[in-house]
Amino acid sequence: MEPEPVTVPVDGSPGYSITPTNPLLLVSVPLSPDALRLDEDDDLEVFSKDTTLTDGNSFSPLLLASPSSMTNQYKFEDEPDAKDIFITVDEPESHINAIETFITYRVATKTSRSQFDSSEFEVRRRYQDFLWLKSRLEEAHPTLIIPPLPEKFIVKGMVERFTDEFIETRRKALHKFLNRIADHPTLTFNEDFKIFLTAQAWELTSHKKQGPGLFSRMGQTIKAVASSVRGVKNRPEEFAELGEYVDAFNQKISVLDKISQRIYKEQKDYNEELKEYGPIYTLWSASEEELVDTLKGMAGCIDKSCKDTNALNAKISQDLIPIIHEYVLYSETLTGVQKRRDQIQAELDAKVEASNNKKTDRDTLQEEIDKLEDKVECANNALKADWERWKQNMQADIKITFTNMAENRINYYEECLATWESFLSSQKWDFQMEIKQEDKS
Amino acid sequence: MGDGAGLREAEVICAREAMSDHREPELYHAGEPESDVDEESDGLAGSGEVTDENCLLKKLEINVSEAEKRTGKNAVNMQETYTAYLIETRSLDGQPDTQNSPMDSLWRRYSEFELLRNYLSVSYPFVVVPPLPEKRAEFVWHKLSADNMDPDFVERRRIGLENFLLRVASHPVLSHDNIFTLFLTQDNGWKEAVNEANLQVKADSRLKSLNATFRVKNPDKRFTELKHYSDELQSVISHLLRVRARVADRLYGVYKVHGNYGRVFSEWSAIEKEMGDGLQSAGHHMDVYAASIDDILEEEEHYADQLKEYLFYAEALRAVCRKHELMQYDLEMSAQDLASKKQQCEELATGTVRTFSLKGMTSKLFGQETPEQRESKIKLLEEQIEEGQEQLKVQNAESREFVKNSWLEIERFKDQKNRDLKEALISYAVMQISMCKKGIQVWTNAKECFSKM
Repeated sequence: MEPEPVTVPVDGSPGYSITPTNPLLLVSVPLSPDALRLDEDDDLEVFSKDTTLTDGNSFSPLLLASPSSMTNQYKFEDEPDAKDIFITVDEPESHINAIETFITYRVATKTSRSQFDSSEFEVRRRYQDFLWLKSRLEEAHPTLIIPPLPEKFIVKGMVERFTDEFIETRRKALHKFLNRIADHPTLTFNEDFKIFLTAQAWELTSHKKQGPGLFSRMGQTIKAVASSVRGVKNRPEEFAELGEYVDAFNQKISVLDKISQRIYKEQKDYNEELKEYGPIYTLWSASEEELVDTLKGMAGCIDKSCKDTNALNAKISQDLIPIIHEYVLYSETLTGVQKRRDQIQAELDAKVEASNNKKTDRDTLQEEIDKLEDKVECANNALKADWERWKQNMQADIKITFTNMAENRINYYEECLATWESFLSSQKWDFQMEIKQEDKS
Repeated sequence: MGDGAGLREAEVICAREAMSDHREPELYHAGEPESDVDEESDGLAGSGEVTDENCLLKKLEINVSEAEKRTGKNAVNMQETYTAYLIETRSLDGQPDTQNSPMDSLWRRYSEFELLRNYLSVSYPFVVVPPLPEKRAEFVWHKLSADNMDPDFVERRRIGLENFLLRVASHPVLSHDNIFTLFLTQDNGWKEAVNEANLQVKADSRLKSLNATFRVKNPDKRFTELKHYSDELQSVISHLLRVRARVADRLYGVYKVHGNYGRVFSEWSAIEKEMGDGLQSAGHHMDVYAASIDDILEEEEHYADQLKEYLFYAEALRAVCRKHELMQYDLEMSAQDLASKKQQCEELATGTVRTFSLKGMTSKLFGQETPEQRESKIKLLEEQIEEGQEQLKVQNAESREFVKNSWLEIERFKDQKNRDLKEALISYAVMQISMCKKGIQVWTNAKECFSKM
């Protein structure tokens, strides 16, 4: 699939300051009335909200293609084997100005794709920008499973919004987010994605402005609310099954999330107690004569176990918990994707019902109905294919994550085993000596 | 050899020295260790020997085999529930078929054990008397019940009581005690026998007032050090037990939460096709892992009990030190008393008043005594001085014997303590190794299940 090259219009309209590229001098953009201006621009054809037919690829003009040919698109059998784009998210930096404090992250891209003007890009993005990208992707591909973003912020227990831990967790999640998009056979070629990776701050800002504004988004919401009532009723069986699975999965994964976090906490508490435990043996050794070596040895073993427990817990925090949590966040996506599919179908069903009731205008209605039928079929096929892909990814992720979790624990126990065994062998050797001395006397 | 009191008298008689009247009252000189081991001290094992060949344990097999709930009337005639323990004994008198002969048995409750121990402590003050298992459950971590009726507590107490009896029966001095033998073999009338024996040493109830502070002028440095050691041992072991209980509690939490994985994996496997089997079997291993902590911590409880024994032993050690202090104090008081009487006598005889005394003042104020009065006073004092000197001799000898015997006992105790504690520490390491091995096995199994998903 070769996407057509699209140029990004550059808007030099007043009201936006041109910011320097040095991220440290980033100045926040004041919210002016211009921000809400919805300019009509000829170049915006590509980004029009006419989602009557296109669904997957924003670039291919498949306005009148048959459903079957479109089905082929979504089989994803020809996924590129070699990765041709590498994205990293790192270097969080804090920015303080009169209005707010926020964090930007460096997004570095290396790619060999011809659609990109160069092979390396480096931009700074803030969380808002990621939110924007996600909503753009959702709009462009309503029945594709868009990767989740980390939560906005966790209110409970945090006095300061941005602790180092929080920032690091978020950074890793954002990194994951972009890479999942890059790995997705359709999303990876999305134009907004490319802009996100490459545009300088001011370019992005102006581009954001040009997207479908609040009003059309509001219109969508109204439509969604109206049709959601009818949506789920006529779900085809396969999607009903999918829905049931999603509900069950969401429940299981959120419990797994809780369990994993609890294990982390319990182990942390255990570690805290261990820290106090070892030194008592050392203290004791100070009062003893014969038992000094043994007691000191015990203290050493316990202290080592303490370190090992800490290392294991760090792995849980870095490897296990983020993945499980990402799949918890996926639940919202999965639910949303189903709703949107239902909504598209509801539109069709409404038109069909209208056509049945109104004897007149049947021909015009029929044309609309045909369009909508195609739309529904596209949507269903897109979702089906992406669902299969998602499931496979999920299984692979879960398998790797839990296998690693088990591996980490095995290594932990092996470390502890070695510690205690070497202590024991040193003591047993002394025992041998004592027995020999007793024999002599 | 009869009971303990008889043993002590014999020692005192052996060691009494002849003293001339004009020598200064001889105090035991602090800091002079008795280096010679008294060869005549029968029944006291030299350091390094584990059990005395004549001790009871070689002749008698002892078990505390059962525990039973009972109800009965207590001292104030109220109904109460208590636990009785079955003590079984069997003679080991060399015949090959004694292994199969029936065991003699009787039931005793905890308070009777306490009575026995009190008797032994009072009768053998120089002995570090083995402690009883704790009266109430302490250093409890959340799973263990603090209830005395809890079956786990009762079981651990049963083992502790058996341990107590075995320790007494293998002690070079205590094992020969008659009251102890009766405790093991005579059901009725034991309490009366104890009370009779106690009459002899009830005078020593001053030991009860060990809480009272008194100042010893010439403390024996070794005993002072020993007292410090027993304080340190007590403090460090109780700290250790407290933290160990907390560690156990936390570890329990870690393992048990993993059990939730088991449940969720199992539920999850129901909705998965490809992953289902792997999840289900992995879940089973999570359950195994979560359950394994129960045995692990139960074993660790045994380690805690071994430490607890020495926590209480520290108390017994301190009791010996305090007894020595008391003797020393009494000795110093006697010597002081004797010295002051001698001085009084001298003053009356020579008529000089060297130190201020109330009598001197009153006699100056109200007139001197008659020579007859003075004579009778001097005679009285001379009698008292002679008595005092005899008493001091006895006290000195007793004190020396006490120090000698107790120091032998302390050396024996030290060796036992080092052996036992080292064994306990080693066993802890062995437990940790076993726990790690179990962990490796379970998680290897789980990993295999995961990798097959």
